Formats: sequence, structure tokens, C-alpha cells
Amino acid sequence: MTSEIAVKMTGIVKKFPGVVANDHVNLEIMAGEVHALLGENGAGKSTLSNILTGLYRQDAGRVEISGKKVEFNSPRDALNAGIGMVHQHFRLVSTFTVAENVVLGEPDSSLFMDQKAVAARVQELSDRYGLAVDPSARIWQLSVGEQQRVEILKVLYRGARILILDEPTAVLTPIETTELFKTLRVMVSEGRVVIFISHKLDEVMAVSDRVTVLRGGRTVGTVNTHETSTTDLASLMVGRSVEFNRAVRQVPADRERIVLDVRDLCAHDDRGRVALESVSLSVSPGEIVGIAGVAGNGQRELAEVISGMRPITSGSITVDGESVQSGRARSAIAKGIAHVPEDRLHTGLAAGHSVEDNFALKNYRSMSRFRILQRQKIRDQSTHLIERYDIKTPGSETPVRLLSGGNVQKVLLAREFSASPKVLIAASPTRGLDVGAIETVRERLVQAADSGVGVLLISEDLDEILSLADRILVMYEGRIVAEVEAAQADRARIGLTMGGITT
Amino acid sequence: MRSPVRLERRLEQPKWLNWVVPLASLVAALILGAIVLWITGKNPFDVYQRIFERGFAGKRAFSGALEMATPLAFTGLCAAVAFRMGLVNIGGEGQFYMGAVGASYVGISLGGSPTGITIILMCLGGMVFGSVYAAIVGVLRARFNTNEIITSLMMNYLAAIFLNYLIFNSKSFWRDPDSPQFPKGKTLSARADWNTYSIFGVNLPIGFLIAILAGSAVWVLYKRTRFGFEVGVLADSPKAARYAGIRTTSTIVIVMALSGALAGLGGAADVGNFRGLLDAKGIQMAGYGYTGIVVAALARRNPLVTVVVAIFIGGLTKAGYALQGPNFPSGLVGTLQGLILFTAVAGEILIKYRIRMTPRRSEVVA
Repeated sequence: MTSEIAVKMTGIVKKFPGVVANDHVNLEIMAGEVHALLGENGAGKSTLSNILTGLYRQDAGRVEISGKKVEFNSPRDALNAGIGMVHQHFRLVSTFTVAENVVLGEPDSSLFMDQKAVAARVQELSDRYGLAVDPSARIWQLSVGEQQRVEILKVLYRGARILILDEPTAVLTPIETTELFKTLRVMVSEGRVVIFISHKLDEVMAVSDRVTVLRGGRTVGTVNTHETSTTDLASLMVGRSVEFNRAVRQVPADRERIVLDVRDLCAHDDRGRVALESVSLSVSPGEIVGIAGVAGNGQRELAEVISGMRPITSGSITVDGESVQSGRARSAIAKGIAHVPEDRLHTGLAAGHSVEDNFALKNYRSMSRFRILQRQKIRDQSTHLIERYDIKTPGSETPVRLLSGGNVQKVLLAREFSASPKVLIAASPTRGLDVGAIETVRERLVQAADSGVGVLLISEDLDEILSLADRILVMYEGRIVAEVEAAQADRARIGLTMGGITT
Repeated sequence: MRSPVRLERRLEQPKWLNWVVPLASLVAALILGAIVLWITGKNPFDVYQRIFERGFAGKRAFSGALEMATPLAFTGLCAAVAFRMGLVNIGGEGQFYMGAVGASYVGISLGGSPTGITIILMCLGGMVFGSVYAAIVGVLRARFNTNEIITSLMMNYLAAIFLNYLIFNSKSFWRDPDSPQFPKGKTLSARADWNTYSIFGVNLPIGFLIAILAGSAVWVLYKRTRFGFEVGVLADSPKAARYAGIRTTSTIVIVMALSGALAGLGGAADVGNFRGLLDAKGIQMAGYGYTGIVVAALARRNPLVTVVVAIFIGGLTKAGYALQGPNFPSGLVGTLQGLILFTAVAGEILIKYRIRMTPRRSEVVA
């Protein structure tokens, strides 16, 4: 590691209406290091990186790149200075191909694009960094994990020297994460700089050289990674000590009975290819079954099929012996299947609609007489749920898109739990949430199971599955390839099966 | 060179914007129109004063405005109903023609029935023809994801050809057999003539009352019913609608059919209240379907406001016809309508975003 300062940000202030997102933040990053930016949601990490990438302009403060003061008026200026960002929320054109997305916005792009050359270059980069993705595939056909690889390729393609990765591992499996970390180490050994934004302590410890902790828009401090510990970082981050434990279950699962029974399920993905191949599984009342696997191995399709959003080509789904009609969400809801989808804001919720309308999204039919909505009933339900689930919102009529990530998820969970479901499908329920919100969501899942709900937890976060599930199934290429009791689970073995290696 | 103006998405949209912005866009359109007039050597104040006098001031002028407003209110509602769900139905024009065809069929056939029953049946005839015609577009969109803007526009031309065929190129049921030299529609019987009431000397066509009823019904449908809730969710997020078990395809078809039914009702009112026959040339010249889009845009898709805006645009159009001459170019009212549509659409952006003048560019606040 050289001592040359690559990025220096001093006294950065950025205000938004009603919030000071950055309050005199200082950040100093050396050339050739992986520098972690740690903090809870709303600590100001994203704002700071948006300033560095020219998306926002600071209200006060100074940015220096390699000792020279810079003024970024647009992301292109930042790009020209060698700064590239991999956003947490992807900025991809979903109807374009991977290759097209990679060259999109490229300053040198000519009127006609040399598809073959671009595809070859993308292929080369993806091989070199282990970011497997088909250059000719269209974005909407890709899983979330694959889409992120495209984002990373986009930045690499432009030869950025300073890479900012915002929560890059949120969608990755342990093996993919390890691969990514190797990639990052290769990059810094070439003299590049990686700014790694995360709130996952283990990963910060594993990959970074130094860590800057932000809290409430201020810099708490910068520490050398090898001189600190997860416990220290956690207390710096939240301002108090946090312990991670395996969930304590009050009521054990009733393994004698089965509430959700899935038999020989087959289904296609959006491209019409086989996504699920003869998947069979069962969930008992009060049991949490974890589905582990790398993104894009059929988990999303599995959740959609069980919740009636996607038709099945063969097989059956039954809840308490009653079969659920293929591709009929209303039938699944009526049979008592609750669903917390991966895409909360646009699938699980209607983002532009009010909190109260979103609470009524599934039961508005029962909130009506002669097909006229009973607004008072909808309002009462909302008031009750806001209080019971401790949702922070200015009011019942506030659009959910204005709520914070944690509260968005609370609205969704409140609605799904309050329907007293028999089965709950939860897909990446804590993805992108801060430590406090993650705890709440996990507690709610455990409570649901304690009250006798059969929970199917689909998550790419293996730690989450290990800490919550009673039984773990591993999905790989549309099949269930392994099944273990959580008590006997071996992290490394599961990691291997997720990567398609069966022992 | 980078623009110093930037748009920021409004986190909250103050309620007053909903009426201030459309009014401001109207004023802006009038100012732009005044510039055009001034360039062509006319006195804008003088022209606007004459438009106001002939379009709105006085009993006679206002009667004319209401007459013109009646078909426009229906075509405006047609556009508004579809826009509400994010469907752009440009086909109000053709659906209006089809409604006129359906209603005049009923009006000619039921010559002997009492007026009240005839009016109701003509309305039904117009609605059925208009809705079936629009539902074709809906089915194509829902089943095959074809762009409804293009299909509905193309079907306007089809409807026009069909209309010409009925009156000019065939011995159809609608064509008057007693006038072989000058092809025209068969006159409806006197009993199929729709009432026009006189209130304080202003002629209020029953068709306009029906438009008010239809506007109120649409308002209730979208604001208060389960169906309206489903349409709202579908407009906001199709994925959330699928997730909640809302039937996407049938909802699209129903909304398109409803949209077409309203245009068809307009066609019925036009035949029954004003023309008394299927006037193939006349209704094509009028272009109510396209003007209805301007009405809906200025009314910001609110069905009740649509009816009010129809009076305004109706008066403007009427004045345009009345004043046509050497000192008043016939294209002026059309130009003004175009400018109104232009500024209303721009105003729509101002309601969602706010303009910030800064020397630097920055992205929308998430």
C-alpha cells in the first residue's frame, strides 16, 4: 500500500429539505486500498458517494482527487476523473442487452455500435473477473444478482480507477462474495481504489484495509481494519453494542403436520426457459424452512409460483390439503398464502399509493359493500396497523414511496401478517435494511412461526438462513439439491452445494 | 453548455397546484397565441375580446358553447377514463363515429316509440357500438401488448372509411334513398329528436345533462368503487396488481370499453340532439375526438372538471366558427387549442417536478 492520497473529501455538507444528509464529513482514501464506508441506513454513505460521483453537488466542502481539487458538474466529469459507481439500485435499461447497457452513456460511443466488439470485450472482462453473464441477454431476463454483475462490468469497461460499490454483496452468495473480494483485491493490486459501502461487519472485516464509520451524517472515525473487531465496529456504527444471536424459538414446529405441500413443481422463467424442475418441498406449521442458493437459480420463480403470480407447467401446490390454482394470486391469497416479495416497493406494494391503500391491497374486496369501498374501514385498519407495527409515517394518506426502507418493509409485513396466513413466503426480507430494521423483521418472522405459520424463507444471505431456519434447502439450477437440519448445518458444505458442488 | 435549469421531483404535491397550474398553462397559451396574432398583424386584445363575446357572453353565445360542449364533454371523458389507467386512447374520434352509427340506427328504426324510451335506447346503441369498437383495441393491448396509441389511431381511419361507405358508397340503411344526387343520411323521426331545455334563455341540451351524469358516474367509479381501486393499482404498478390478484387483462379491456362507450354516447347525443341524421361529413369535419384529448389534458383527467373544461373549449370552438373571415383566420382556434394542449402537458410536468435555477446540474433527490 502506497501512502499517496487518492481521494480526499473535507468538510462535506449536503442538505436536503428537512435533513442534513452530510454534516461536515471527512474522508481520506489511499491509493491501492479497499476502503470500507460503514454505517446504518441514513448515515449518509449514499449521499457522500453520490457527491463523489458527481450525481449531487455538495453545499459546502472540498473534494480532491490525487491532490488536485475537483469540481464535478455531472457524473461524466466524475467518470472522466476515473470514478465509477456500482449502485445498489441498478441503473440499467431493462429492454436493452447486457452489452448495450455496458456501452450506454460511453463518451466515445459512435452512432453505430460495434455489437460484436463490445460483446467480446464484455465477455473478456466477465471471464477475467468471474462475473458470469451473457452479453446478449436482455436485462429484464436477468436475476438481481446477474444484474449487479452487469453494473460492475459497466464500471470496469470504462476503466475506472476509483470504484465505489454500494452494498455489493447484498445479492451475492458466500461463494460469489468470496469471488468478488478476490476481484477487488486484484483491482487494488493494480493500483485502483475500491470504496466498499456496507453495513455487513464480517465483510468489511474480510475485505477492507481501512474503515470509515459514518453515523447520522457525521464521520465517527477511520480505523485500520486489522486493529479493530466486528464488535468495535458495530458499536461505532450504531453507537451501542449489538449482539447477533441465533433466533430463540418459543414454540417448536409441529413436524407431524404439513401446511404447505409442493409436489413435482415445474415452471418457466420470463424467457420461457425451464426455471423450476420437479421441485418438491413441504413446510410444517410453525416451521421456518430456509431456501439457500445463488441468485438466479429459481428462487424468485419458486416464490412467484407458490404465491400464484406465475403459472406452473406441471406439479401441484396445496395448503392444508387444498390445492392452489396455477397462476392465480387470488386463489393463493384465499388459501392463506402470504408473500413478502423481493421487490417490495413495486411488487409487494404500489409505491404511489397511500399507506392505507397498501394495507388494503389484498383485502379491499372485503372492505366494500355493493362494490363501493368503505373508506372508514380502510382508514381504521390502517390506524390500527400503524400503531400495532410501530410504523413511522406522517399519516395514513402518505404515499409509501416517501417512507424509509425499514418502514416500507414494515407496511408490507404488517399487511401480510395481519391477514392471519397459514403460509408465509418471504423473499430476501431484510435486504437493504439497516441493523435495527433487520432485527425487527427477523423478530416478526420468528413470531409468525411461533404462532403456527409455516414460513418459507428465501434468502441469499446465508447467515440469515442459518440464524432463522429450522431446516435448510439448497437450490441450484432450478432443483433442490440438498436438505439439512439447521442444527446440523455446516456453513462451508452449504456454500459448496450452492455453487453446484454436491458431496 | 449545460442548462442552468433543472427539474427536481416534488416529494409532495401541494393541492393548490392542481388548479393553479392548469390555469397558468391556459394563460400561457393565450399569451403565446397573442404573440402569433401580433406577428400576423392582428390586435390580440381585440381578437380575444371578440372570441369572448361570441363564445361566452350572453345567452345566445353561451347556448352555442353548451351545444359544442356536449360532444366534447363525452370525448373528453373518453380520453380521461383511459388516461387514468395510463392507457392513451387516441381513438375517441372513431369510437364517436361508431356511436353515431349505432344511435342513428336505433333512432331510424324506432321512429314510433315515445321520445324518452328512444333517447335511452339511442344512448345504449351508441354506447354498445363505441365500446365494442374500443374493446378491440383493449383486447389487442391486453392479449398481445400492442401499442394502443397506434391501434386506436389507425381505427379512427377505419371508422371514417366505414362512415363514408355507409353514406356515400352504398345503399345502406343509414342513407337517405330520396336524395340520390346529394348523398346524405336518413333523417331520424321527429320523436327521436332529443329535448333541449331553456333555462333563463340559455339552451341546455339534454345531452349535456347526460354528460354531467356520465362525468359524475365516472368520478364515483374511480374514487369510490373496488373497480376504481383496481384501476388505480394497475396504473401505479402492474406488478403489484398481479401480486394482489387483480385481473390485468380484463381490467384493461373493461377500461377501454368504458372509454369507447363514453365516446359512443357522445356520438348518440350529437345525432339525437343536434344533427338529426348520420352526418358523415359533418362529424368528420368537427374532429370532436381529437379536441376531447385537449379537454381531458387541461382537466387533468378529472371527470367532473372535464365537463366544465368542455364548456370552455366548446365556446372557443363555436366562436371560431362564428368569427371566421378575413379578419379572423379559420386556423386560429385550432392553433389556440394546440397551444393549450402544449402548455397543459408542460404544466403536468410542473405538478410532478419543480424547477430549480442553479448554475450546476444535479440529479433528482431520491
